[in-house]
Amino acid sequence: MAYDVEKDAGRKIDAPVIMFENVSKSYQKNMPALKNVSFEIRKGEFVFIVGASGSGKSTLIKLITREIKANKGKVFINGRDIGRLFRGKIARYRRGIGVVFQDFRLLPDLNVYENVAFAQRVIEAPAKEIPNRVAKALAIVGLSDKQKSFPDQLSGGEQQRVAVARALINNPTLLLADEPTGNLDPSNTREIMKLLEEVNRRGTTVVVVTHNREMVNSMQKRVIKMDRGQIVSDASKGGYRYV
Amino acid sequence: MFKITTLGYNLKQGIKTLFKSKGYSLAAVATMTACIFMFGIFYFVITNLQNMMENAEKTVGITVFFNDNLTYDRIVEIGDEIKSDVRVLKIEYKSAEETWAEYKEKYLSPELAETFGNDNPLENSASYTVYTTNVDYQSSVTAAIRNIEGVRQVNSAESLTETLQSINRGVTYVSFALILLLLAIATFLISITISMGVSAHREEISIMKLIGATDYFVRGPYIVEGLFIGVIGSIIPIVLLRLSYDKLTQVITERFSSSFEMLTFLPASTLFKALIPLSLLIGIGISFLGSYLTLNRELRRID
Repeated sequence: MAYDVEKDAGRKIDAPVIMFENVSKSYQKNMPALKNVSFEIRKGEFVFIVGASGSGKSTLIKLITREIKANKGKVFINGRDIGRLFRGKIARYRRGIGVVFQDFRLLPDLNVYENVAFAQRVIEAPAKEIPNRVAKALAIVGLSDKQKSFPDQLSGGEQQRVAVARALINNPTLLLADEPTGNLDPSNTREIMKLLEEVNRRGTTVVVVTHNREMVNSMQKRVIKMDRGQIVSDASKGGYRYV
Repeated sequence: MFKITTLGYNLKQGIKTLFKSKGYSLAAVATMTACIFMFGIFYFVITNLQNMMENAEKTVGITVFFNDNLTYDRIVEIGDEIKSDVRVLKIEYKSAEETWAEYKEKYLSPELAETFGNDNPLENSASYTVYTTNVDYQSSVTAAIRNIEGVRQVNSAESLTETLQSINRGVTYVSFALILLLLAIATFLISITISMGVSAHREEISIMKLIGATDYFVRGPYIVEGLFIGVIGSIIPIVLLRLSYDKLTQVITERFSSSFEMLTFLPASTLFKALIPLSLLIGIGISFLGSYLTLNRELRRID
């Protein structure tokens, strides 16, 4: 059974899925990665977070997945201040978030089916329900016929689809994609973005971190632009232009 | 709480990891084998030495002599009084005649003995030999017997028993120190093995944690791997020790029993009844502790 973030947060239906309140984070003294960042992302939104390398995008994602903690300010996910999560509760919290990475991060020794099923094993889902759920997730990403293939037998686009299926199988309320098309050609990029739009249409909030201008400009979604650890613009149906 | 499927997964993954990192696993099994083997050797030495000491202590008695012309009835009364002490295991009476006969046989030539005719120069040498339940009671029992009326002299071998006791203590302390040292080394090496295993799977573990795996779930296969190392590393030395014990004791007995009277060995069945569960417990305990503590430390680094 997937972790119900909203239930855990006390059913704060109106609360934003993501809310940053004056968040700052430094890895080294006097070198802030994030400076006093505040923003909200509501349920069902599709948001791009853009910016050059070192602008603070990855730090933002790591704060949401609770790989790191803010030095100042608060991060609320579905109404819950995740800075106050006990270490033992982090794993269960993460089950409500699907994550997709630029380098796919599939387990090379497992085939497509096993990679997706692995996400279910990890949350100790009932064994007899796993095959059915994996089949559904693979159908959504269009890889039902590649179940037995291993990652090194797949194209980059196909590997990213497997990663999306793995991120979706636990029914997350939030899908984070960190440069999901960074290693893909334009055709595969379009396919993956279509897939993420489909996931968003099904009700999942989607946050995509990228610096692919063409893709951002073509999709006309909300765009939060970051520069040197700060939000410099936040526009619905925005674009990503050279300054 | 683990589900049955998770337990099955952990077992499968644990065995897989064991074979995947063959080099580390072999090194850890070899270390554990060496440590348990050494432990077994020390266990043999301590247990057999203690047994020999106990046997030797049992032969060390207190000799009690009586006043001149004491009646036999009074001697019996003294014997009853000594026997009533709970610290006394048994007493043996030796009459003056028996003492003289023994002396003649041991120290005099038949010709010289004959010159004494029916005279008994040791006629006041009837005695009791008193054995205590524990060699530690020798001095207090000796003092108590000295206070009994009719007792002329009490001889105890306190210096001999003290020597035996100090040898026994020394061997025990040194062996325990060495065993502790070996166990610490084994724990350290198991910890290194598991650390290397975790480093090799750092990427996999970070993925597991990002998709919501609890530390218990991540730890499972490594704990299983550690337990396998512990079990295999305990069984091998037990088998080796069992195969060599009889041969070894036989060789030592043949070579040295003429020089050391008290050289006797416990039967293998007695020793291994305790050594087998003890070795398994130590092997499994060390590998569990080593892997658990290491994983706790390593998993905190991969958040």
